[in-house]
Amino acid sequence: MSYCKQEGKDRIIFVTKEDHEAPSNAELVEDDPNDPYEDHGLILPNGDINWNCPCLGGMASGPCGQQFKEAFSCFHYSTEEVKGSECIEHFRNMQECMQKYPELYPQEDESDGATSGGADTAPAEPTGTDEASAPTSPTGDVTTTGTESAAAS
Amino acid sequence: MFNCRTAWNKLAPLARASSTVCRQSGKREVSRHVRRPLFARRAQMSSRATGGGGEDKFYVLLVGAACAAGGVYVYYTVSGDKARYDERLAQISRRQHRQAEPSPAPTQAQQEVAADTALESTKEPTAVAVLEHRGTEPNQEVPEAEPSQEAPVSEPPPTEAPVSEPPPTEAPVSEPPPTEAPVSEPPPTEAPVSDPPPTEAPVSEPPPTEAPAPEPSITEPTVEGDSPKASEAVLKMPSPEAAEPAAAEVLTSAGRPEDVQLTEGTGVVSAGPSSLLGESASEPAPVSAPGPVDPALPEFPGHAPYLLIGGGTASFAAARSIRARDPGARVLIVTEEADLPYMRPPLSKELWFSDDPSVTETLRFKQWNGKERSIYFQPPSFYVSPSTLETVENGGVAVLTNRKVVHMDVRGSRVKLSDGAEISYDKCLIATGGVPRNLQVIERAGEEVKRRTTLFRKIEDFRALEKASRELKSVTVIGGGFLGSELACALGRRSTDLGLEVVQMFPEKGNMGKVLPEYLSNWTTEKVKKEGVTVLTDAVVKRVSFEDDKVQIKLKDGRVVKTDHIVAAVGLEPNVALARSAGLEVDSDFGGYRVNAELQARSNIWVAGDAACFYDIKLGRRRVEHHDHAVVSGRLAGENMTGAHKPYWHQSMFWSDLGPDVGYEAIGIVDSSLPTVGVFTKATAKDTPRAVTELSGTGIRSESETEAVAGVVAGAVAGAVSVSAGAPAPPTQQEENYGKGVIFYLRDKVVVGIVLWNVFNRMPIARKIIKDGEEHVDLNEVAKLFNIHED
Repeated sequence: MSYCKQEGKDRIIFVTKEDHEAPSNAELVEDDPNDPYEDHGLILPNGDINWNCPCLGGMASGPCGQQFKEAFSCFHYSTEEVKGSECIEHFRNMQECMQKYPELYPQEDESDGATSGGADTAPAEPTGTDEASAPTSPTGDVTTTGTESAAAS
Repeated sequence: MFNCRTAWNKLAPLARASSTVCRQSGKREVSRHVRRPLFARRAQMSSRATGGGGEDKFYVLLVGAACAAGGVYVYYTVSGDKARYDERLAQISRRQHRQAEPSPAPTQAQQEVAADTALESTKEPTAVAVLEHRGTEPNQEVPEAEPSQEAPVSEPPPTEAPVSEPPPTEAPVSEPPPTEAPVSEPPPTEAPVSDPPPTEAPVSEPPPTEAPAPEPSITEPTVEGDSPKASEAVLKMPSPEAAEPAAAEVLTSAGRPEDVQLTEGTGVVSAGPSSLLGESASEPAPVSAPGPVDPALPEFPGHAPYLLIGGGTASFAAARSIRARDPGARVLIVTEEADLPYMRPPLSKELWFSDDPSVTETLRFKQWNGKERSIYFQPPSFYVSPSTLETVENGGVAVLTNRKVVHMDVRGSRVKLSDGAEISYDKCLIATGGVPRNLQVIERAGEEVKRRTTLFRKIEDFRALEKASRELKSVTVIGGGFLGSELACALGRRSTDLGLEVVQMFPEKGNMGKVLPEYLSNWTTEKVKKEGVTVLTDAVVKRVSFEDDKVQIKLKDGRVVKTDHIVAAVGLEPNVALARSAGLEVDSDFGGYRVNAELQARSNIWVAGDAACFYDIKLGRRRVEHHDHAVVSGRLAGENMTGAHKPYWHQSMFWSDLGPDVGYEAIGIVDSSLPTVGVFTKATAKDTPRAVTELSGTGIRSESETEAVAGVVAGAVAGAVSVSAGAPAPPTQQEENYGKGVIFYLRDKVVVGIVLWNVFNRMPIARKIIKDGEEHVDLNEVAKLFNIHED
């Protein structure tokens, strides 16, 4: 049973679970998917990758950013049956680069951890498909790199 | 002839009239004397030239002549017009040619002079030729010799150092490392492109090899000789035609390798450009020429395409944004601090909860879930060294520490550092943050008190306070806002272990009195007291002194607090030191640099973070001092610096933890003076900050939020992101009435701020409600959207 009290200009309402069971009738404004001001997730409305997405952490801006962008773009636009199968070279470059900065890109047990770490750093990305080439990395790896830089986001 | 005739025809009637009169008078006379009517006819033939008397004749002649003359004049005017026009045009084109010609000539002459002087002096002047493309006239400027020598070079018409020409086409940035000159001249940096060559400005600039026309953002400044030198990125667009012929002339005439700029010390040069020039043949890399060449790299570049003043959160976020959007960008961060960019929230939160005794050294903190991270955004290997910033492939972010920017020249697009060095820029971000405020009573209290006072903001303050907390018996926190309350709670938690007395005092009625509505503020104060803090409310400090080996704080109402150390957390003064020299506006209501909705202060100058007073399209003009705002505004500024033109739109949030059991997140304008509506339920053990971090695996709340945002489908407001429940922890005490809830802050019936009280991972919904800016009749219905009863 909810009740309500007023303390000066402040109003306080206490609600129980039952009170909030009925769906809300509050009206929200329809979101415009093409709103130019809005921050978009990993994928922009036109299909491009948003390199500035906080979800990527610092992957696209660090020393290996260039390699990461190339590899990830290749994967993203890949239309092969096994998605990204033609991008092996790019991923290899990226991995080589990342190995030069172990502090920034900590290497987990799987050697491909960092590789897929980059691609999977969009953890909530609903359309994230697994790369066939890389085993799915433990989320621990991802979050490590992710948190390090995503914390700034 | 015919004119006369036509004229006569026209005048005939007149003539007739006059002749008639005359005739009639004559006729009368005649008729008087002679009766011969037959001979007198009425009409007179007009063809008869001599119609009337002599007077008529004269008249006719005069008029006729006038008309004839007029006719002739008109004829000649009309026919001569075309000829005059052609002549005028010819004149103009002749003049242009004349102008073009003389300039190469003097250049040639002067260049000789320059060469001579160059030879003579041991320390070379550096000649930098900055060619600008301006219409038909090449504008050349030359660096002036240094004050010590080279008088001759200082002619009004700039002499040009040919070699410095950046080739119009390519810009191989690969220059030989700039030679370092001991002799470096006084700073002068060249006003980049536009202006009239500062004749006297010394400038020893090595010719920048510029990526020719197109990209201002990717201009690769040439390596600089020394810090003072600023290269002109300006060079950019030399007009190819003008440059080449001029250069050619110079080249041929020069014949000597040295004339090129060379500057003895600075040497830098650009072997590049010379090779690029068409005629380059003769021009050897001038640089190589004379003078001792110091192979050492300059400490930092004289020009940065992206210059970020301040090395805090906003600056780092901008750097990251720029790098993500502009591939190969070269970003230079200049900071007064000795540290690389780091995040501040852990300094008053997580670092205090760490069990690691070496935490003050490592600055690493363990999150609730056991994961450890450093407060530094990135380890040092992420950054490139400032000295290699200009040449490193793919660009990077360089941080120049322990340098303060003291002067900003907006017209010349350059800044001056405290040691006199100058750096020019293409795009600049001011993210200077602020300086903690101090109480006047403490300022006046004398050295002993000031030594025992900490104005908390930086890493060193954290270290000092941490040390004090271990060594001293009593610490007093003055201030009841976010920082003060967090520090008091953090210290309070240690109080029992360390035998430390923690006192917190502030003028308000309760903790967070200016943020939370009174009932919550009171509730919060009780929580803080439970953490072991002695809270003194309604406390206004009257006087502080140092007596009996203790700091004595005397309050207006007579209470006296004796303590060993004071922490002042009474606000932040935005750092607008550069406003004066830069001519930037400072906001009188909120403080800070006044910028527009796109965070721009002037062309090519943006401000972000604590120092920016910006226009929020939804909520109006404001200045926000929170971590997430620094990140959001820094990121936005970085986007706008790379051409995005986006306004402040994504609303930043903030959070506070008052110990591990009480935490809240908030967004928008959260001011306790606004009317509020709070919707609460009861909290369970799952609804604490600790539980949340364990579940989401992150230690910083804004982190989990942003990661969630990436996945949230736009518009899926109703589907609050719910974190799967973990194992139930032992139930907390149920005494509090305000366990979990949502508080709406209203301004003219529109929700402008929301506090999520012990309710986490709902920030996207809150953001959406504020973005809508709608008037909701029943806020309980709005509260339903948050699903506060669920996890």
